[in-house]
Amino acid sequence: MHSPRFLGKPTYWLIVLATLAFAFAPLWHDNVELREELLLAAIYVILASNLNLMIGYAGYINFGNIVFFGLGGYFCVWLVSSHGWPLVAAALAGAAAVSVLALLFGLGILRLRGAYFALSTIGVNEGVKAFVANFTPWGGSTGIYLPIDAFAPLGGPATALWVIYFLLVAVMGLSLLLSFAIRNSKLGLGLLAIGQNEDAAAVLGVPTPRYKAFVYSVSAFLPAVAGALFFFKSAFIQPDDAFDLVFSTEAIVGVMLGGQGTVLGPALGAFVYEELRSTLLTAETFSNFQMVIAGALLLLIVLFVPGGLMGWIHRRWPRAKKVLE
Amino acid sequence: MSALLEVRGLGRRFGGLQAVDALSFAVGEGEILGLIGPNGAGKSTVFNLINGVHLPDSGSVIFRGEDITGEPPYRVARRGLARTHQIVQPLANMSVLENCVVGACFGRENLPLGRAEAVALEIAGFVGLIDRIGDPAGTLTIAGKKRLELARALSARPVLLLLDEVLAGLNPSEVERMIVVIRRIRERGVAILMIEHLMQAIMSLSDRIVVLNSGRKLAEGRPEQVANDPAVIEAYLGNPEDAAKLRGERPS
Amino acid sequence: MFGILASILDGVLVGAVYGLAAMGLTLIWGVMNVINLTHGAMIVAGMFGLYYLASAAGLPTYSAIPPVAVAGFGFGVCLYWIAVHRVIGRPPLMSLLATFAANLVLIGLGTSAWGTVLFNVPVSLPGLTYEGYTFTGTHMMAAVLTAAIAGLLYLFLYRTRQGKAIRAVAGNREAAELNGIPTTRVLALAFGLGVALACTSGALIATLFPFTVLSGAAYQLKSFVVTVLGGLGNPAGALLGGVALGLLEGAMTPFMPVSWTSIVEFVVFVVVLIAFPAGLLSFRRS
Repeated sequence: MHSPRFLGKPTYWLIVLATLAFAFAPLWHDNVELREELLLAAIYVILASNLNLMIGYAGYINFGNIVFFGLGGYFCVWLVSSHGWPLVAAALAGAAAVSVLALLFGLGILRLRGAYFALSTIGVNEGVKAFVANFTPWGGSTGIYLPIDAFAPLGGPATALWVIYFLLVAVMGLSLLLSFAIRNSKLGLGLLAIGQNEDAAAVLGVPTPRYKAFVYSVSAFLPAVAGALFFFKSAFIQPDDAFDLVFSTEAIVGVMLGGQGTVLGPALGAFVYEELRSTLLTAETFSNFQMVIAGALLLLIVLFVPGGLMGWIHRRWPRAKKVLE
Repeated sequence: MSALLEVRGLGRRFGGLQAVDALSFAVGEGEILGLIGPNGAGKSTVFNLINGVHLPDSGSVIFRGEDITGEPPYRVARRGLARTHQIVQPLANMSVLENCVVGACFGRENLPLGRAEAVALEIAGFVGLIDRIGDPAGTLTIAGKKRLELARALSARPVLLLLDEVLAGLNPSEVERMIVVIRRIRERGVAILMIEHLMQAIMSLSDRIVVLNSGRKLAEGRPEQVANDPAVIEAYLGNPEDAAKLRGERPS
Repeated sequence: MFGILASILDGVLVGAVYGLAAMGLTLIWGVMNVINLTHGAMIVAGMFGLYYLASAAGLPTYSAIPPVAVAGFGFGVCLYWIAVHRVIGRPPLMSLLATFAANLVLIGLGTSAWGTVLFNVPVSLPGLTYEGYTFTGTHMMAAVLTAAIAGLLYLFLYRTRQGKAIRAVAGNREAAELNGIPTTRVLALAFGLGVALACTSGALIATLFPFTVLSGAAYQLKSFVVTVLGGLGNPAGALLGGVALGLLEGAMTPFMPVSWTSIVEFVVFVVVLIAFPAGLLSFRRS
């Protein structure tokens, strides 16, 4: 990660800058409101950036990507409440378990191509949701509540919220760096080739089954950590919230809006979408309109600007491609 | 000359059609073997059976002494067997250079990105695409895409190159240029198995020829031998122009 | 013992309607290689269409079905021009996202307007009773109507000029174009027809079961399962697949809670796809 090639790239520094900005902005005047807003934005960025590894690089649309977020949340909350694990350990262990599960699911569904794969990811999400809703050790359809003393090891509720925020910002930074590192690596080149033409890539020697399984599993890890942190913070997790397909879809909108296949695009798109959404939500009382807006936006992008914001920027200023990946 | 690639009793059926039937031949190191036959003779299928796109029903494929029958395409490529396609398959939104880097990275030498780029640059120059390396592969002309197909395969530093109608769709001057490149590839020590319909080209390029008809081997030998083989001439009699070309005559 | 048989037979009747729904999906898929993710929403539209015409406007229930079909056709053509036309030539994942996005808009508008309230269209038809088990009249009527509609579809596709044009475009669009067939109009027609079938099946389902705005998702999944069972682009296969699925459901319901039906169907979907992969791309290992 610290090889000279990375340090020389402007994108790397932009990522570092953005992460630091997120970390320090709410510290100015102890701005709790800003912190909450940025926390949600960070989560959207995390989901979109990791989803981009599948959609933008490998060309596989994961409609049900939220399943990693939800499962990460469940593992963590369960480990904390039933087994008294500390937060960070529970989050990491849970995310590792989710990555392993992703590998297992992948064995089945990564054989499917295009739309079939996309549809089967919805099935995975719905299947996991239905299973968890009937799984008593995880609270079934009522879910799991965390007692207030769960925050004690972190210094009490107020401090805990700050700790969780910084951890999430760190995960966001890592997600962006992961996107960046893969994009500039041999693995990334192979994935992009798969995304362009999987069969031609195989004939060229790209080990497609291995690469697809790896990226599917890796794309699950950080969203799972994010889920762990988010649901710990909420002190409550329940199947409908954990495996919410609308949220899953919004991650897709973020990726497409910002520009799938680029490093910064999905993050930018996720951020812009989240700001748009929160502005509209305060003005509009019907949360169902969230779906309409997300859908309309996605439709417009697919029809008219399939390259998203980054695609537009790259076309308008071709030199920018080197600076803004 | 030791056999680099050996195909033994290869057979494959699609539905009711026996596309390839008990086919056996060998490609020696550094040689150019031409594969010809009337349309539908099963030539591209043979390529697909060799590099793992289809599984043969019977027979085996031996490459560099090892049985590679039924191995997936990416593993075959890793062994040093590269191939081009009849219908070009450029990675359209990636640049010409990136296309070649993919070949270099995942080919026989399994190179890291840095060195793969150097190899790709060299091959792009060798093939004559150096002035287009930054352009998206989708923007090339047909001739350019064919050359890219070739460059990509070469970037993998193969020991054996399978060329599937690499001259099809090119105008005469482009054909001339491609033939020069093919000869230079052989000079680098790469063996070539090529499918081609352009009779004059393949007859002049090949050291030996295998003739396929309805999935079966009809004849095998040096170009002059094959051109005068009565069975071969009969198979092409449906197309007297080709039959004439076989014999090196000018078509009337 | 007869209870299970009755359940299965009933499943076959209902399954016919699933087949009808799937016919709409498979038609669009086969003709233009577009997977219509608004399919579920269109089924729901048909349900609401019947509800308003029959309950609110007071039309006799079954005579409200043709207007629903016609409206569905019109809506389908509009949907084609708005969301699908531009992405026809592009990679299939783009059309997937386009119809997905359109579906979000439709379902979002639907839930804004009607929430998750349960609607019901009361229909009373004499049923058939045998050995203490009753086959509801509505189920039998739905199956009969489905057969009739399937017959009409066959006549349309094989006996009319427009139908033959659709089949020509489905077989080879370029060749059809070269033969002077106005392919774009044919695609719009086919899309409209597919949506009309979806709406009609929704109207029929409304006579069988109560529904909400969100009911479409379950029926869309069933349509997908039926489509892969029956083969892409094969309406006759869709009908048979629907009956098969109905049979499976009928065999399951005595033993399994209803919430697990969707999961079983999804598993069937994935297993069939993995075991019999459809050739979406050029090369295929056997």
